[in-house]
Amino acid sequence: MTSAPTTEPGLTTSPPQTPGEAPGRVAPRPRRVVPLWGWLVAVVVIWWVASRIGDGRAVLYLPGQETTDFQDRFTDLKADLIAGRDTNVLMQVVGAVSDAFNGVVEQLQGLVSTPDLPRPVPQIGWLGVLGIAGWVSLAIAGWRHALGTMASLAAVGLLGYWVDGMDTLIITFFSVAVSLALGLPLAVWMGTSRRVNAVVTPVLDVLQTFPAFVYLAPMALFFSLGPAIAVAVTVLYALPPVVRISAHALRSVSETTIEATTSLGQTGWQRLIKVQLPMARPSIIVGVNQTMMAALSISVIAGFVNGPGLGKPVLRALTAGSNQVGVAFIAGASIVFIAIMLDRVTTAASERSELVARGGGGNRRTHRIVLAVAGAAALVSVYVSRTYFSFAEFPDTEVGPKVAEAVQSATDWTTSHFSGLTTGVQETVTTVFINPLQDLVAGSPWFVTGLALIVLSQLLAGWRGALSSLACLTGIYVTDLWYDAMVTLTSVLVATLFVMVVAVVLGVWMARRRLVDRLLRPLLDAAQVMPSFVYLIPVLALFGPGRFTAIVAAFIYAVPVATKLVADGVRQVSETTVEAATAAGSTPWQLITKVQLPMARGNLVLAANQGLLFVLAMVVIGGLVGGGALGYDSVLGFSRGEFFGKGVSAGIAIVLLGIMVDRVARGAAERDRSAPGLLARLRTRTPAHHLS
Amino acid sequence: MSESSPALQVDGLWKIFGQRADKVIGTPDALLSRADLKAKNGCVTAVKDVSFDVAPGEVFVVMGLSGSGKSTLVRCLTRLIEPTAGQITIDGEDVTKASESQLRELRRHKVSMVFQHFGLLPHRQVIDNVAYGLEVRGVKKAQRRQQAGDLVDLVGLTGYDESYPDQLSGGMQQRVGLARALANDPAILLFDEPFSALDPLIRRDMQNEVVRLQAELKKTMVFVTHDLQEALKLGDRILIMRDGEIVQIGRPAEVVARPVDDYVRDFVSDVPRSHVLTLEYVMRAPTPEDSREGPVMSMDTIVRQAAQAALASAHPVQVVSDGKLVGIVDDDAILRVVVAEESVPTAPTKQAV
Repeated sequence: MTSAPTTEPGLTTSPPQTPGEAPGRVAPRPRRVVPLWGWLVAVVVIWWVASRIGDGRAVLYLPGQETTDFQDRFTDLKADLIAGRDTNVLMQVVGAVSDAFNGVVEQLQGLVSTPDLPRPVPQIGWLGVLGIAGWVSLAIAGWRHALGTMASLAAVGLLGYWVDGMDTLIITFFSVAVSLALGLPLAVWMGTSRRVNAVVTPVLDVLQTFPAFVYLAPMALFFSLGPAIAVAVTVLYALPPVVRISAHALRSVSETTIEATTSLGQTGWQRLIKVQLPMARPSIIVGVNQTMMAALSISVIAGFVNGPGLGKPVLRALTAGSNQVGVAFIAGASIVFIAIMLDRVTTAASERSELVARGGGGNRRTHRIVLAVAGAAALVSVYVSRTYFSFAEFPDTEVGPKVAEAVQSATDWTTSHFSGLTTGVQETVTTVFINPLQDLVAGSPWFVTGLALIVLSQLLAGWRGALSSLACLTGIYVTDLWYDAMVTLTSVLVATLFVMVVAVVLGVWMARRRLVDRLLRPLLDAAQVMPSFVYLIPVLALFGPGRFTAIVAAFIYAVPVATKLVADGVRQVSETTVEAATAAGSTPWQLITKVQLPMARGNLVLAANQGLLFVLAMVVIGGLVGGGALGYDSVLGFSRGEFFGKGVSAGIAIVLLGIMVDRVARGAAERDRSAPGLLARLRTRTPAHHLS
Repeated sequence: MSESSPALQVDGLWKIFGQRADKVIGTPDALLSRADLKAKNGCVTAVKDVSFDVAPGEVFVVMGLSGSGKSTLVRCLTRLIEPTAGQITIDGEDVTKASESQLRELRRHKVSMVFQHFGLLPHRQVIDNVAYGLEVRGVKKAQRRQQAGDLVDLVGLTGYDESYPDQLSGGMQQRVGLARALANDPAILLFDEPFSALDPLIRRDMQNEVVRLQAELKKTMVFVTHDLQEALKLGDRILIMRDGEIVQIGRPAEVVARPVDDYVRDFVSDVPRSHVLTLEYVMRAPTPEDSREGPVMSMDTIVRQAAQAALASAHPVQVVSDGKLVGIVDDDAILRVVVAEESVPTAPTKQAV
């Protein structure tokens, strides 16, 4: 219609040396005298000079054991809230919710995990749980997954974490149930009302920017430690995916189908029930899957706030140091078994339900008979588990300790034989990348760094980016944790840099070689399913506690999502364009650098955005293993009452950092017209293969 | 023929997209061209003061290029798109004033629509797709399935009742769409470019299907298309639209023979005239000298069909209307239409059947 000449990325049809003379161009854009990268370099050079002049002054360093007035205010607030527990209405509501959550969790624990007094064992023993879990998997996902489920649970038991595993599942399932009860109606509302959608979407945007970790502190203001806060935090974190994905699915039901069915005189209710919900169902189930994986991930992290489950043993082992790596490993392995089990079963269930809805899925009568027989077997297993003690309490085996021991000795062997290599890598990266950058970012006077960051934001993301950076940096300044925040930012930037290098190399390779894609993609998918926590364990084993470990763990955590985005971006480059470039005699290198990467630029920016957020989430958790800075401040806040305020302040600073990097990356993406709609898609955090 | 009241009457219909669109009607702004109005206040006029009647049992084709507003027009008829101004009367009822529930009743019983991209429900079998209209108006399952089954047979999909839309070809899916529209037994059928997503051969099959169903069921049809051949083949009358406005309304032969402006002339320039023109448009006034021994034909005989008999006879054709001689067609006139049209001048008599 009215298309003004725009600068298009990638191949242009006119020869590049005569952009102004091409016919039809109304007003050729004046060439920038200094290219963007020139400005960026100039800013960094000036920044560096200023930091030399500053020489370590005005960096706003606050020693680990000190707090400020601003931070103490939160500590006092918590004390006041606790003191006013019986009079404050808000606290009474929270108390009621808390009691309800605790009650339900206790009931469920009595059912499957802890002794339900006066019984010395839970109502249903391990055999019964295996039977029921197997039957449910059989019903929704098929017999292969039923076997997989039972094997996973048995493995958790063999490793010695049956009770903790059950607790993790209880918190996960209960939180998912609450999330769905709240989230699905909200999604329907958003899916049918444009206005509600417009209001709720930005809130979800911000919620999804937060690292899981930061939900803990504000919640700890209101809830006392224990199951209730674990559930509350998990619900808060797990709610956005299902809401977003379901609302999006409801909104994107084919316009023609809605119109066609409306033309037959359906009511609004009939449209929702008979058309929109059934057509959105596969995506909604994907949303449930995402919510479940998010819930599992944070229910583990909720070990920090004394939430029941596998988080606690991992946490204990991690904080105990390198001689407990074996124990951390088997606890982490239990989490991995559960994660894979939940992901496989829900994914298979979604595929299967789609198959059945379209008339496939085999003979229904046979299926029913199989289910009835298996159901009887499950009931027998429940009965047996209630009758015989050895089928009620998972027998102690030597498997767990033996595996732990083997892993421990393997780790010790590795660290002693390869310490030269690992230390070498660590020292190289630290001296070449981390230290100089930290000197620049955290070691400059605060106003120099602040100004430099705002100018960089402007260059990358325009005035809106600069404005949001200004607001976020002001907030960080107010929390009195400027220095720690800048150290954390350094770690984030270094890790993201490595993430992007690896993601681009792997992503391009995957996009160009089908075989590589086939081999790597399942690995990346599986890696994305893992709760962030378990990534710390192997890295800790190799590199020992410290800042570097946090950075490596963050790198490993963020690589899969970024790689997939790059690969998808490169593959989306139109076949015709690639063919045309090949026909013009491009070498593979020219094809990659001049056609495929520039045209995938939108996805590259998004990969950087996601990389940044994933890295930040993990760097913060790394505070646990000596990552220092904001992560350490947060951990300190949970573990020591008098530092509660500092912990909350660290949480605020983390959120502000997250918003800052997200806004800058998003601003950069929005400026890039080659990525329309990608951002919205990405916000749902849906793995691309579910969407295609 | 007795003059019955029209099945569908459209009077002064406007659709303007954009904020405060209703404020534009009745002001001089409304008369601005599309581009000017858009530049002025961001509104886009899709349908501009359109009026027409459709007689019961008539096939009324709305034709125009993409963006001419024809799809918007047909959606306004049952208010799938809310018209900005104007009146639509169906069966004596003013659709624009109907309440939500009256509108639903109208859609459930009187008017059905067939869509370009089918709009089938992928999670339902063919039979349940066809039965959807019956389902939403509360027909019991056994009964609606039986009715839907009959329609599946009627559109030639016997045996595919339990298939899912994914398993069918495009042409078959559109047959499902057609059956679904027929299931409500509506008096009026609306078609929005129903066959433009189909292969040419399938498209011809489907057009023949519509001709067959029309002969069998005698529905009133409003048929939107951008394909002139399709319009000429199916239409009793054709409305040509451009930029939301009516350019010309007329019978196929009239549009081809007497285009009102260059736009329409350009449109119809490739049409094989002999297939469309009737004798009415090639005859000359009779003179007393004319022979009265040639074949006698009615005014709406298509030239191609008249050609063989006309050329075989040594005398010119006499064209009659209501028993009176109204014109004479010479061999010359026939040949001008038939031969001048053909790019390869072969013997036209052998082609004509």
